[in-house]
Amino acid sequence: MELDPFMLARMQFAANISFHILFPTITIGLCWILLYFRVRFTLSGDKAWEYAYSFWVKIFALSFALGVVSGITMSFQFGTNWPGFMERAGNIAGPLLGYEVLTAFFLEASFLGIMLFGKERVSNRLHLIATALVAIGTTFSAFWILSLNSWMQTPAGYRIEDGVFFVESWWQVIFNPSFPYRFFHMLNASLLTAAFLIMGISAWRALKQVDGPATWRVMRTGAAMAAVLAPLQIWIGDLHGLNTLEHQPAKVAAMEGIWETEKGAPLTLFGFPDEEAKTTHFAIKVPKLASLILTHEWDGEVKGLNEFEGATPPVAPVFWAFRVMVGIGVLMLLVGWWATFTLFRQPLESRIEHPWLMRALSAMTFSGWIAVLAGWYVTEIGRQPWIVSGLLRTSEVVADHASATLMGTLLGYVGLYAFLLVSYIAALRYLATKPARSLSLLPQAQRFHKPDQEGV
Amino acid sequence: MDLSFWLPLFFAGAMGLALLIYVLLDGYDLGIGMLLPFASEEEKDLMIGSIGPFWDANETWIVLGVGILLIAFPQAHGIVLTALYLPVTIMLMGLILRGVAFDFRVKAGDARKGMWNALFAAGSLIASAAQGWMLGAYITGLSDDTTGLLFSALIAVTLPALYVLLGSAWLLIKTDGALFEKAIRWGRNALLPMGLCLLLVSVATPLVSSVIADKWFTLPNAIGLLPIPLITATAYAGLVWLFNSPVILRSGYGWLIFAALTVICVMASIGLGYSLFPEIIIGRLDLWEAAAATESLLFIFWGTVITLPAILGYTFFIYRVFRGKATALSYD
Repeated sequence: MELDPFMLARMQFAANISFHILFPTITIGLCWILLYFRVRFTLSGDKAWEYAYSFWVKIFALSFALGVVSGITMSFQFGTNWPGFMERAGNIAGPLLGYEVLTAFFLEASFLGIMLFGKERVSNRLHLIATALVAIGTTFSAFWILSLNSWMQTPAGYRIEDGVFFVESWWQVIFNPSFPYRFFHMLNASLLTAAFLIMGISAWRALKQVDGPATWRVMRTGAAMAAVLAPLQIWIGDLHGLNTLEHQPAKVAAMEGIWETEKGAPLTLFGFPDEEAKTTHFAIKVPKLASLILTHEWDGEVKGLNEFEGATPPVAPVFWAFRVMVGIGVLMLLVGWWATFTLFRQPLESRIEHPWLMRALSAMTFSGWIAVLAGWYVTEIGRQPWIVSGLLRTSEVVADHASATLMGTLLGYVGLYAFLLVSYIAALRYLATKPARSLSLLPQAQRFHKPDQEGV
Repeated sequence: MDLSFWLPLFFAGAMGLALLIYVLLDGYDLGIGMLLPFASEEEKDLMIGSIGPFWDANETWIVLGVGILLIAFPQAHGIVLTALYLPVTIMLMGLILRGVAFDFRVKAGDARKGMWNALFAAGSLIASAAQGWMLGAYITGLSDDTTGLLFSALIAVTLPALYVLLGSAWLLIKTDGALFEKAIRWGRNALLPMGLCLLLVSVATPLVSSVIADKWFTLPNAIGLLPIPLITATAYAGLVWLFNSPVILRSGYGWLIFAALTVICVMASIGLGYSLFPEIIIGRLDLWEAAAATESLLFIFWGTVITLPAILGYTFFIYRVFRGKATALSYD
């Protein structure tokens, strides 16, 4: 791998987008969970739910801020790093991004103010509505950006004139073949990530003996979510895989390490793919299983990488990332069921002494991040060498900056992101270690303003 | 009606409006960020409290501005952002630091609060100066000769003064007491560099392009355009007068400063828009050459017409909810 400007531009974009996705992944899921806490409090008047809200809304706000600033960076990097993409596909990408700004960014950014600082200025109902609007905003945002990403994977509804894309049907562009799968796979991933985050931090509080009644309610919420969503995610993932096989067979061949087209292809569980030798060293294979999973027939034909000469993605990263994602998914399923089985057998008000479960859960706090990153590496690296599958190569749209410029800014970004990631985790640790207050000392809303009248 | 003529025009207007709103709104956030080191610890909390509920939405206006550049004028988007690669990158890093410091300063523990306050101020300054550089480079036609660079550097050091003034103006609306008095001093000190910035931006475009000079200085246009410099000069004189008559500001008219600054920024935008029109990159590309396909513009046009009034509506609502004087933060 040479560090030419093309590779550096890709690394820079990858660094930024990898850092960015960590935070929306948390906020999309966490905001719906916050809404749930708010609804539970409103219906029951149980202050533990109110406390859960005020604890988690702080982590939400911090995550949201990191997502916003790294997202703004991305909106500029489309132009600074890939000007050719906007010049060629701008007629399609532009409006989709525009709708994201108009329907999602303003909505979430504006009502976030009320969500965080408005508790004393607005009625409980309006505060609940503000929380719901932010949750809807984050989900709209995912809708539009995943629609664009899916269009780049499985383009539809376009025509090309002189190398420039034009829209034939917006419906087909937005609801392109891979979009529904990717959208639900990502939403579910986000909910799972948030579920393990809230369980992990709650378990850590239990281990540090700083837990309160809210801690256990939150942990149960996460456990119930994980128990249901983890198997659901495996099912959606399988459907998504079948869709990829239909539209992007080269990606699936790289995921499975299938070098030559064959009938009754074995499933490689583990091994070391070698692109030079076009083989997987020390492969552990299960006969015919790849064919069964991918075609639902023992002797189904699976296309190998040999069919896509000159347009294959790098095999090893896709192959490995896929195994990491699936591995964590299975682990989430097991831990989710274990937690549910353990927690729900106990009465609600009791502390649960189960150090091994608590250790496992706190070790899994950021497991969603790793699975989500691995999943995105599968789908994005698996799309290469194309920026729009089969139609436009990434190398055709890159900007011609000097290597030194790109290297300098890349180091700047990576340094900054590493610093922010460390600060983020340190801040979470700091917040998580603060002792829970007893319910009678329930915190007042964070006061920023002197209310000049009752409610609004 | 010819859509391929009108739609690019509509989006050029919408982009100008979004960037104008950005300058006014995030301008006061960034200004307060730059003023932070000059305030006492308690005042710092108060200052940040005064922008806490708004900054996130304020910052979104630049995303909309750049978004419209990308959506409606993809050709220009590529050229502008490639030419401004370094200042854009530096601005982004500044905005990142400023944005995260908001949260970290109160959530990372008291031991690190000082560091995050410093990063908040540094991020605001970096972002403001980089935006000045970008504005300077843009209005000199993205040329990279010495004059162009020198001019960009001049705007980079003077544009932050406008933001400092906006920040002071915001504090004159949201605070009272000692901080109010400080805000008067801060604003007064920023007047001169801000005036210089205004002057430089005004004279630059006619100097860069003789076509633009002809637009302004030939009769009868010159007479029709006279209100723009006249109104600007009056507003500026008003600012000087108000800052030297603090008794007026203290008696509930602090908002006049923000109003006068708004007038100046609106006039500057109209002037700049008139100078550039119909070009989007001086001497290289006009609006229609840079525009995206008409059917794409039409699709986003309907979205804009429906959502923009809604956005303005709930922005107004949020400002209403959080009206009144700010008080210090009380994170539990």
